[in-house]
Parts: sequence; C-alpha cells; structure tokens
Amino acid sequence: MKPLVALLCGIIFGFGLAISGMTDTAKVLGFLDPFGHWVPDLAFTMSGAVFVTIISFRFILRRQSPVLVEDFNLPDNKSIDMRLLAGAAIFGVGWGVYGYCPGPAISALAYLDGKALVFVIAMVTGMAFTNTLSQT
Amino acid sequence: MLTYSTPLIGGLIIGIAASAMLYFIGRIAGISGIVWSAISARADNSWRWLFISGLLAGPILYHALFNAPYPAASDLPWWQAAAGGLLVGIGTKLGSGCTSGHAVCGLGRLSLRSLLATVTFMTSGMVTVYVIRHLLGGL
Repeated sequence: MKPLVALLCGIIFGFGLAISGMTDTAKVLGFLDPFGHWVPDLAFTMSGAVFVTIISFRFILRRQSPVLVEDFNLPDNKSIDMRLLAGAAIFGVGWGVYGYCPGPAISALAYLDGKALVFVIAMVTGMAFTNTLSQT
Repeated sequence: MLTYSTPLIGGLIIGIAASAMLYFIGRIAGISGIVWSAISARADNSWRWLFISGLLAGPILYHALFNAPYPAASDLPWWQAAAGGLLVGIGTKLGSGCTSGHAVCGLGRLSLRSLLATVTFMTSGMVTVYVIRHLLGGL
C-alpha cells in the first residue's frame, strides 16, 4: 500500500504544480520580479498549499502514528545555523537564475524539455558534490 | 480574480498531496530530500521512485484532461539551466530542503527553521532576478 500511496501523492502533487503554472519558468521568474512586471501567481499557490498544511498537519500529528506505517518520520533538526541560511540563500539564487525549484524541475521532465533535463542533472550533481564535501 | 483561481487551486491540491503523504506514510513531501535519498540508494526506496514518477505523471494527466498546452519552453540559455540546477542542488542539500519541504511542509509544522529558510530563499531569489534583469539587463 505504501508505494501505491506514494505514487498517488506524487501524481496529485505534480497535477497541482502543473495546474498552478509552477512548471512554467516564466511565471516563477515573474513572481520573483516584484520590481519589474510582477506575476503574483506563485503567491496564491504557496498560500493555498500552506493554508491546507497548516490546518491538516495539526490534526494529523496528533495521531499516535500514520495510517500505513508505524511511525512519523520527521526532520528533528531544530538548529538555526549558517548551514541552513547559506543553503537557503544559495538555493534561492539558483531558483532565480533559471526559474525552477526541485519539484517543478522534476515535473517538467514530463514535457521532454532538454533544458529541464540539464537542470535536473546539474541539480543532482550539486547535491552529490555538497554531500561529498560535507562528509570530509 | 479569476486569473488567480488556477494558481490557488493548484496550491490547495499541493497542500492536499503533502497532507496525504504525512497522514498515510508519515513522511514530509520534501522533493529535494526525496530525490537525493532516491538516487543515493537508501533502503526501502521504492516509494520514493514511485513518488517521483508521479511528479512526472501528474502534469501529463493535467494537460491531457484539461486540454491545456504545455508551458512555453524557456528561452534562457542552456548554461543558465545548468548553473541554476547546480546552485539549487548545492543549496537544497546544504539547507536541508526546498520550496516543498521548507515552505509547504515546514510552515505547516510551524517550524522556525523552515520559516527562516523560506524567507531567505524567497529574498535571495528576488535579489537574483533583480540583479539579472534590472542591473545586468537580462544577461
């Protein structure tokens, strides 16, 4: 059941990204350009998503366990450090350079767009590079 | 107002997908983390690859069902796709998350870490676009 649910969640998530226009780099870059010709779409998408999770997560996390597995598997790192802030800052620069964050980039592979593939390969390379560095 | 109904509906749908992940399998729908774990061959990985497959199938389903055209391909150069991807990979690995993990799920959990990460990447994203478009004239 667990793999099937993950597949369905991925489909719903990808469907949401596509209908919201987040797989369109022009819209994302338009949102990140409040001093130019601002495209507010992403603000609505982000608000809608957080509106749902902020309510639902309260109720879900009151449960002893999830429905299909024994335990919740949540990040437990609470530290506010340079790693977090520098990472987020670098991620934002990459987001602004091309207009994809990881989800929409993966979803855009479905359009068989060569540049989306280049983006995803570079992204995975960046992750592997950082992983190697932080282990040494 | 109708212009923004699809971005809002899409956001609600994304929130529902993230909620279902947590409710059924107890996981945060953080896409950068799921992608990294999937390629670094963690144990019990099939659900991750299926989630990723779903991320590709979802848009195909949407465009087919609603007869909506695919978004226009970006006219930015290839090197910008490579540079953007590389920085997104480095940043999400270092900062432990992206828009889905920190913004959609982290804010849902009222995580201070995620709030600070979200404010930081939103700000640096906007600064980057400002520099590229308005100071460098679009590269």
